[in-house]
Amino acid sequence: MATIDAALKGARLRAIAALRRFSGDLDQAEDAFQDAAERALQHWPNDGVPDNPTGWLIQTGKRRLIDIARRQQRQTQLTEEPAAETDEPNLSAIDDDALRLIFTCCHPALSEDAQVALTLKVIAGLSAHDVALAFLIPTRTLEQRLDRARRKIRTAGIPFAIPQDQELPERLNAALSVIYLIFNQGYSARADGLIQPALCAEAIWLARNLLRLFPGHAELTGLLAMMLFHHARHRARQSATGAFVPLAEQDASLWNTTLINEAQALLDHVLGKHAPGPFQTQAAIAALHCANDPQGTDWAQIAALYDILEHQLANPVVSINRAAALCESGDPEGALAVLEHAQSQANFENYGPFLVNAANIHSHLGHPKRSRAYMERALAVTVHPAEREYLAARLPELSEQKLDIT
Amino acid sequence: MQYVMLIYNAEERWAALSEAEEAKIMAGHFAVMEQSQKDGTYIGGNRLVDVGAATTVRNHSGKIIVTDGPFAETKEQLGGYYVFECDNIDQVIAYAGMIPQEDTGSIEIRPVFEMD
Repeated sequence: MATIDAALKGARLRAIAALRRFSGDLDQAEDAFQDAAERALQHWPNDGVPDNPTGWLIQTGKRRLIDIARRQQRQTQLTEEPAAETDEPNLSAIDDDALRLIFTCCHPALSEDAQVALTLKVIAGLSAHDVALAFLIPTRTLEQRLDRARRKIRTAGIPFAIPQDQELPERLNAALSVIYLIFNQGYSARADGLIQPALCAEAIWLARNLLRLFPGHAELTGLLAMMLFHHARHRARQSATGAFVPLAEQDASLWNTTLINEAQALLDHVLGKHAPGPFQTQAAIAALHCANDPQGTDWAQIAALYDILEHQLANPVVSINRAAALCESGDPEGALAVLEHAQSQANFENYGPFLVNAANIHSHLGHPKRSRAYMERALAVTVHPAEREYLAARLPELSEQKLDIT
Repeated sequence: MQYVMLIYNAEERWAALSEAEEAKIMAGHFAVMEQSQKDGTYIGGNRLVDVGAATTVRNHSGKIIVTDGPFAETKEQLGGYYVFECDNIDQVIAYAGMIPQEDTGSIEIRPVFEMD
């Protein structure tokens, strides 16, 4: 069954894209693919997975669409005559259709929420229930969001098209943002304490597919490398009891070295192209987190990379990370200056990562009272149980430091 | 399908534009008209007189009520519109992108309802 599931997943994007072209309608294409996948689950266990599962699914889906069209007497609306069953699908044409499908789902005329939901549902093939669960919203809400998005695709004339050259970079960035949002949602802890490696794996799968269509694209390569570096450590980030494990305490033997090596190769290759961008910088930072042993992290280098990222993104959240890295590298004074500057740029009163870092930096500077106040505030705003547990465990530590100093 | 492009401007801001800034925006409009006529997508379009000339009419159960001004006081006012016949929204987005907005306003794209 695992082979069949993998074959279905591997064929999904191209098959739905080809069926979308054939039917002219996204909803019909999804239904036809669903039908073809159900047939595959009936036949493949006995007959074996065909040599070309994508072609099999496309042909089966097309027959389904033709049946429906005949029943509705609308054959003329199909965009082409069904190909003979022996026809090999034209892979480069299908790849173009796969791109068109991605750009439909990630169209900026759709809200970001809708882009993410559509991408996970239509392209990655997650159920509405699973997508809703991942984003902590009721299934009904997610279904309504998908319905609105599908309706807008039809009524606003969002095309099944590859953007014009001058629009392509911006539109491709939108697709990268969607992948990044999906990965982040998987990587950030959920209220019930679980990180969601499956969602991270979907984001990686999407990036791999997109990279196949835009080989060598620098920022896309950077994004994929960054996700692989992070994903490689996911088993070490959480203890057996679900508690959050900080980098310095992680068991490096739980890291996935295959993924780390792949990410490193991608990163080395793309950095050689000298087309810098924020995803590549973040990949380089993630690489340093995976380098050597968890206790030997090169924090000075990480701080320098965050400095670059600050210029690339102009986002005060990046400054918080830079401050944390500076503090770890043994420069708490510098860290405090960066943190205070960030504080003047945005309101971080209720932002957990800021408060935790402020507590840590003040602790290093020998300001135990301020440190403790920040930590208590951090505890008050953190909802995630595993992170709360971690922070609560650190409070007495900070008190001890207070004793040492006074 | 047909699309209407609704152009909203903060009229106060518009009135304060320098001649050069206004000329830049007008050049954008001329470029849209030229390009859409070349593409064969141009149906029509007009600039509107400012909301100082607006009149609102309501028909409440047969009682006609005429009042001075736009139907809602908003930061940005409808200043003009285009109508295009395009294959899809991307072409309209490209036209909208040809008009410099700076901080004076925004453009809304709406498909025209088609009777079956």
